Amino acid sequence: MKPKYFSIPYIVWMGIFVVAPIFFVVVYAFTTADGYPTLQNFAAMSRFTPVFIRSFLLAFISTVICILIGYPVAYILSREGKRVQRLMIMLIVLPMWMNFLLRTYAWMSILENTGLLNRFLAFLGLPALNIINTPTAVVIGMVYNFLPFMILPVYSVIVKIDRSLFEAAQDLGANNFSVFRKVVFPMSLPGVLSGIMMVFVPAVSTFVITQLLGGGMVMMLGDLIEMQFLGTAYNPQLGSAIALVMMFIVIVFMYFVNRFGQSDEKAVGA
Amino acid sequence: MAKELIRLTDCRMAFDNEVVLNNINLYINDKEFLTLLGPSGCGKTTMLRIIGGFLKPVSGDVFFDGVRINDVPPHKRAVNTIFQKYALFTHLNVFDNIAFGLRLQRNNGNKLDKFEIHNRVMEMLEVVSLKGFEKRDVTLLSGGQQQRVAIARALVNKPKVLLLDEPLGALDMRLRKDMQNELKSIQQATGITFIYVTHDQEEALAMSDTVVVMEGGVIQQIGTPEDIYNEPKNAFVADFIGESNIVDGIMHSDGVVEIFGRKFKCLDKGFDPMEPVDVVIRPEDVDIVPPKSGKLKGTVTGITFRGVLYDIIVDFHGFKWLIQTTDLCPVGTKIGIKIDPDGIHIMKKGAFSGMYGDYSSYSAEYDEISDAEHEQDQEDEEENEFVSS
Repeated sequence: MKPKYFSIPYIVWMGIFVVAPIFFVVVYAFTTADGYPTLQNFAAMSRFTPVFIRSFLLAFISTVICILIGYPVAYILSREGKRVQRLMIMLIVLPMWMNFLLRTYAWMSILENTGLLNRFLAFLGLPALNIINTPTAVVIGMVYNFLPFMILPVYSVIVKIDRSLFEAAQDLGANNFSVFRKVVFPMSLPGVLSGIMMVFVPAVSTFVITQLLGGGMVMMLGDLIEMQFLGTAYNPQLGSAIALVMMFIVIVFMYFVNRFGQSDEKAVGA
Repeated sequence: MAKELIRLTDCRMAFDNEVVLNNINLYINDKEFLTLLGPSGCGKTTMLRIIGGFLKPVSGDVFFDGVRINDVPPHKRAVNTIFQKYALFTHLNVFDNIAFGLRLQRNNGNKLDKFEIHNRVMEMLEVVSLKGFEKRDVTLLSGGQQQRVAIARALVNKPKVLLLDEPLGALDMRLRKDMQNELKSIQQATGITFIYVTHDQEEALAMSDTVVVMEGGVIQQIGTPEDIYNEPKNAFVADFIGESNIVDGIMHSDGVVEIFGRKFKCLDKGFDPMEPVDVVIRPEDVDIVPPKSGKLKGTVTGITFRGVLYDIIVDFHGFKWLIQTTDLCPVGTKIGIKIDPDGIHIMKKGAFSGMYGDYSSYSAEYDEISDAEHEQDQEDEEENEFVSS
């Protein structure tokens, strides 16, 4: 058997499970319920503009928070000894082995008005916080769930940077801060980019977190699309159109993030 | 007298209780080309890293220009390093790699002028013959070119001392020779002190003003290349620098030594009468003569063509010598030898006596030597190795 035949199963797989669904989404988006071609589905979407804005805004905020928390964690981790690194990676990955719903329910009971957090605040004599059913709760849930997907790619890029480069930078007159600014950070950008990709994309289309922690008050694109397919508002054509537009915006966004990352990488030090 | 620039006093270094440097005392003069020479694990790179500031000695002091610098971090030392694997910044192009140090420099708190940086980098590109390469991606350069970038990146900062950690180890033979000449001429032109680490004795002899031979974390000998070659202090140095036949001898009196029951004239003096000694005879110092007129008679047991000369192995009374000659002496030939007095070098018996200088297992020994030269490639290929019996 020639090596190129090995790829056939994958091509078939991709065809059935990737290309075909996208094809159907596109077809649905441009047809009416009766199967006639139309642009009506896109025209009907304008009333959901606030949902689009909210989704991208919350996903953006979550991604930024994930970078702010995840990057230092990844950096500090990479400088620890081998054993500490292995243990910490275990601890970071461990929650992912638990069911996603369970984890989110746990946050519900923490953030509830009579939940753990408010009981703790009351114990300290502080006023209670109303977090549950607000965008804040949704962001907390997303950051918690997606943080490992920021830490791991950044960490795996930083640990692979040759230590002798840090020494070379020091040798050329760089103090610790300069070593970070001129060597570690620019060289870790590819990790940050894939982290953004892995956090932002699922964050935009998230839906269970919004229902559990947002209490249906914080509707995002994922909920909207779900409603069109499974909910009371049954309208798969509209759902497909929304999904398509969301995909388009995400692709454009990622394109610019990548462009920015590449040009930044080259420009550092200039 | 030359001005002293760096001094190490009683330096001792250990990792996890394993001593890697012991009792190191060394001074290095301004504008000197000094080589730390020794086999892998002898402590030469550790010493370089102590001077560079990447390691602190467990005890002992490091002085730079008379100031103790034990606690000065690398970025504040007037020293630049060329690392073994170059350590170029792969996210930067050639120009930005070379400009890295200049952009960090502060003159009374002010950054260097952009034009000055540009001019100095361009100047340096010319020195290392990489004009026109400034926009290139360093990962796309050949080994030799990357090496030049590493040299330029260090030299552009005009350091007082340049530390070179086996900088030519990854280059092929031809390129190595060219770079040796280039480095030497750069050193002479700039007047920068070079501290050069290598395990290649030929390289050390060809380039250095001073050679420091190390083994087991201890300095074995310090001297000019000629001193080290002609007057090795012990069997280790004699064996490590070039090829040596090292045989037991007895010093009868000043200028007379007995080897294999025959008396030879030599130039060495100052030994006790009848003192047992190590006698070093370089393979090229042995003259082959007809058996009748030779002082010693032996039988050729092996021959290897080396280009300019033949390496022949000659059996004298069961002890095998390496002799280099331009004459063809087939295996089995009986030959006689003569040695001029200045071809014989007498050493006191010491810790290394009897460990080196016997060519009885000649082929194995040569394997070891070539292993050392290709150490880096070797690591991956170790499993492919086999020994034919």
